[in-house]
Amino acid sequence: MKIVVLMKQVPDTWGDRRLDTSTGWVDRASSDPVIDEINERALEAALTVAESAKDAEVVVMTMAPGDVSESLKKALAMGCDSAVHICDDSLAGADAGLTAAVIAAAVRAQDADLVFAGNESTDGRGGLVPAMIAEYLGLPHLGTLGDIVVDGSTVRGVRRIDGGTQAVHASLPAVISVNESNPDARFPSFKGIMGAKKKPVVTLALADLDVTAPAGRSAVLSTTVRPARSAGTVVTDDGTAAEQLADFLVSNRLV
Amino acid sequence: MTTVLALVELTESGALASGAASTLAAAAKIGNPIAIVVASPGKGKNVAADLGALGAAQVVVAESSTVATALVTPSVDALDAAIDAHKADAVFLPNSGDGREIAGRLAVRRRTTVLVDAVDVAKGKNVLIATHSVFGGGFTTTSEITGGIPIVTVRQGAAADRPVAGKPTVSTVAVESTSSSGVIDSTETLASDSTRPELRGAERVVSGGRGLGSAEKFALVEQLADTLGAAVGASRAAVDAGFVAPSLQVGQTGVTVSPQLYVALGISGAIQHRAGMQTADTIVAINKDPDAAIFQVSDFGIVGDVFTVVPQLIAAIEAKR
Ligand SMILES: Cc1cc2nc3c(=O)[nH]c(=O)nc-3n(C[C@H](O)[C@H](O)[C@H](O)COP(=O)(O)OP(=O)(O)OC[C@H]3O[C@@H](n4cnc5c(N)ncnc54)[C@H](O)[C@@H]3O)c2cc1C
Ligand SMILES: Nc1ncnc2c1ncn2[C@@H]1O[C@H](COP(=O)(O)O)[C@@H](O)[C@H]1O
Repeated sequence: MKIVVLMKQVPDTWGDRRLDTSTGWVDRASSDPVIDEINERALEAALTVAESAKDAEVVVMTMAPGDVSESLKKALAMGCDSAVHICDDSLAGADAGLTAAVIAAAVRAQDADLVFAGNESTDGRGGLVPAMIAEYLGLPHLGTLGDIVVDGSTVRGVRRIDGGTQAVHASLPAVISVNESNPDARFPSFKGIMGAKKKPVVTLALADLDVTAPAGRSAVLSTTVRPARSAGTVVTDDGTAAEQLADFLVSNRLV
Repeated sequence: MTTVLALVELTESGALASGAASTLAAAAKIGNPIAIVVASPGKGKNVAADLGALGAAQVVVAESSTVATALVTPSVDALDAAIDAHKADAVFLPNSGDGREIAGRLAVRRRTTVLVDAVDVAKGKNVLIATHSVFGGGFTTTSEITGGIPIVTVRQGAAADRPVAGKPTVSTVAVESTSSSGVIDSTETLASDSTRPELRGAERVVSGGRGLGSAEKFALVEQLADTLGAAVGASRAAVDAGFVAPSLQVGQTGVTVSPQLYVALGISGAIQHRAGMQTADTIVAINKDPDAAIFQVSDFGIVGDVFTVVPQLIAAIEAKR
């Protein structure tokens, strides 16, 4: 079985994340880049599936400008067998449609049985790319999936949907995107970290892929910053704090 | 006249899903809105009057025998056909989980892309311009699509002028779905407390965090919410601990709310939680740690124990009524 995990490197949500107000793109210099937490869960889920399958191979794939070697090294140390980095200057500022077109072409070349993604990236919050890739490849997509089980040529799980849950399955090959209920990522072992150095990392340019880019493209027209919030009154409860808060709510017409 | 398709979703029981109002309202700002309902044969027509009240000029019920079993693709097929049938200039969908997946697949078919999670829209040179709130409301951006039909997902509960209600014309079409898709085995709806407002788009929200300690003690959050007529929310730690359902999570990877009043009980105010609520007009926090980050964004903060302060607060509010 061959599994491709789609990994996006994003600005750390613990840091001060910014947009470049001249381009509207994520300001990658303003905070540390990390593997998006949801992709760490996708990696963990994929590696767990791989462990119980025969002759499984896991490829971590990312499309990103610049250096992503630390994130790829971490994924390899966790247990992925190889890495693919799609990197091309002409992809700067790629929207969801172009990103999906390029990644779909690279996934097609891998001939994978299963593609794991995160349900939503923390920078774009699009939640679009996995479904788009599935459409490009003509595959079923199980979105926002938890409790993932692969059984022979079927993948099953439970989707989180608005107001409830949904039990779903698909036959392989399929694309799945994982939700936050999936387990945290394992820590790479010492052996894993040493072994990662010898694992192959392939860098692909746009010319290496057979991409049909969509005609429609999105463009950011303007970006403005909202002033930060400042702290107001803080009182320590001495028995009267609840009464003071009730007065505050009344005087602000909130009750 | 600009023609806009607006996909509306139905709940398990066949009623309009909550994203319908904001999707139709946004569509009506751009042109003549045609509501598309994708349903099992015979199941979609009963929402036509409700859609008229939300401003739909026309209702098209796309009937498909696979709606109950095929994930997402019947709606993609229905919209793909409707774009041609109605010579549509734009497609609007709710920014729900399914809405985004439908939008993504549709965009690939139509060789275009998606403007995701619009909080507002306006007419533009290329049909429309969408406004987005990014990084927890820290930034506001506007965007458009060039070279293809614009497909837009609209934030559920996004504020928009209510369009003029009318009596829509209703037609039915059959959808043939041949796409390969996932299979729905069963759907479980959480018993929702209909007396409480829905979290998305609520004007008042009371959220609880890990500080509430247990699912039983989380009832305190619900009591204050009911006193204030507010929706209930939670931190991720409260969701992870099993106090409440995941759909109540507020924050970076949960729901984004922008209410008039947000009350945070026993929530530390981690940056990822603040990303989902810091655009509230007024923020109130009660936390026993004076250094809790939530106080940095609070208009009124109390350093105290929620189990002492909140019952007193409920009594004080009731005494003032
Ligand atoms: C990628 C990513 C995405 C995330 N997304 C989200 C998200 O969407 N939403 C979210 O909320 N978090 C999110 N988080 C998690 C976030 O970092 C925090 O872990 C989480 O918000 C903490 O929840 P909490 O405040 O309830 O718990 P804690 O941080 O444990 O805080 C509990 C608070 O309760 C107070 N307390 C305890 N007992 C009492 C009492 N009796 N009375 C008063 N106060 C009391 C304590 O002083 C403490 O401040 C995300 C994290 C990551 C990395
Ligand atoms: N540039 C990228 N490289 C690799 N994977 C990506 C990229 N963009 C999106 N993805 C995958 O798609 C998921 C959802 O992303 P998004 O649609 O941007 O919210 C992510 O969690 C990743 O798994």
